[in-house]
Amino acid sequence: MKVIELHKTVTASNDRDAEVLRKELKEKGVFFINLMSSAGSGKTTLLKKTISDLQHEYNIAVLEADIEADVDARAIEALGARSIQVHTDGMCHMDAGMTRQGLEEMGLENIDLAILENIGNLICPAEFATGASKNVMLLSVPEGDDKPLKYPLMFQTSDALVITKMDALPYFDFDLEKCKERVKYLNKDIQIFPVSAKTGEGMEAWEDWLKEEIKKWKED
Amino acid sequence: MHELSIVTHVAKTLDELAEENHLSKIGSVTLEIGEVSGIMTDYFEECWDYFKRKHPLLKDAKLYIEVIKAVTFCEDCKQEYETVEYGKICPYCHSEHTYLVEGNECNIKQIEAEEKEDQQLS
Repeated sequence: MKVIELHKTVTASNDRDAEVLRKELKEKGVFFINLMSSAGSGKTTLLKKTISDLQHEYNIAVLEADIEADVDARAIEALGARSIQVHTDGMCHMDAGMTRQGLEEMGLENIDLAILENIGNLICPAEFATGASKNVMLLSVPEGDDKPLKYPLMFQTSDALVITKMDALPYFDFDLEKCKERVKYLNKDIQIFPVSAKTGEGMEAWEDWLKEEIKKWKED
Repeated sequence: MHELSIVTHVAKTLDELAEENHLSKIGSVTLEIGEVSGIMTDYFEECWDYFKRKHPLLKDAKLYIEVIKAVTFCEDCKQEYETVEYGKICPYCHSEHTYLVEGNECNIKQIEAEEKEDQQLS
């Protein structure tokens, strides 16, 4: 027996796979974002509204990851966007390998914007890179403004935070300014967009950011 | 929390390593796990025992876990303290402006392995 010193993080091989996927998507001209949040924060609702607003400008595809069921993929397909449902069979996050399989199965011909709707939880998806160029997380008003304190890693690994269900603000003790301050303390570069997909409030700022990021990425 | 999927990631890294280094068998794996990494070490060991039976390269591999103590640094009074005992609030000056220095790790530190016989001859 010989001893081999490794000193490798467990996620090192996944990070490498993610980097390879990111490069391949760049060559194909597909801007890929990873959408993360807890269950029930409104990922599918935000996506449906975003797709209807942007589908005249981009060909959009959505990779829906869930432990079971295909209700989300069907809701997205009803809008005319390409979609595939990935079942993780109990796994609590998507890694780069699973993401690649899903994207290949769905097909990316003519797609300019691909979105991964990751498994609904604020812990595990933050630890595994997927190959996305941007990480976006959602936090809904009913979840509470203390979530940055409890799940710091998710806020640290995201490029943008969309605060959803702003129309429900009058009914909850959610301090928007305090929440922003907590988030900025963890990640000073994060962009924050308070929105309501239901009333349309704030949607333009979020969609403008997305368009700008796609433009910057294409020019890069 | 996601111990089994972490076991599968460890196995994948070791498969690649075995391929590169022509290893036939892994005798032991030493992991460094941070106190606040969210990994339950006893549950991790159970996942390991379950998984290794299905994985020929690892079937006799012993698992050693070294726990890394969690340490937090206070930006206001510039002192370090034990995270598990005091959490996010500095016990010296009660500041919230603190960050984790170490304790969130999940690293493969080292392994013991046997090389394939044809490799030893050549």
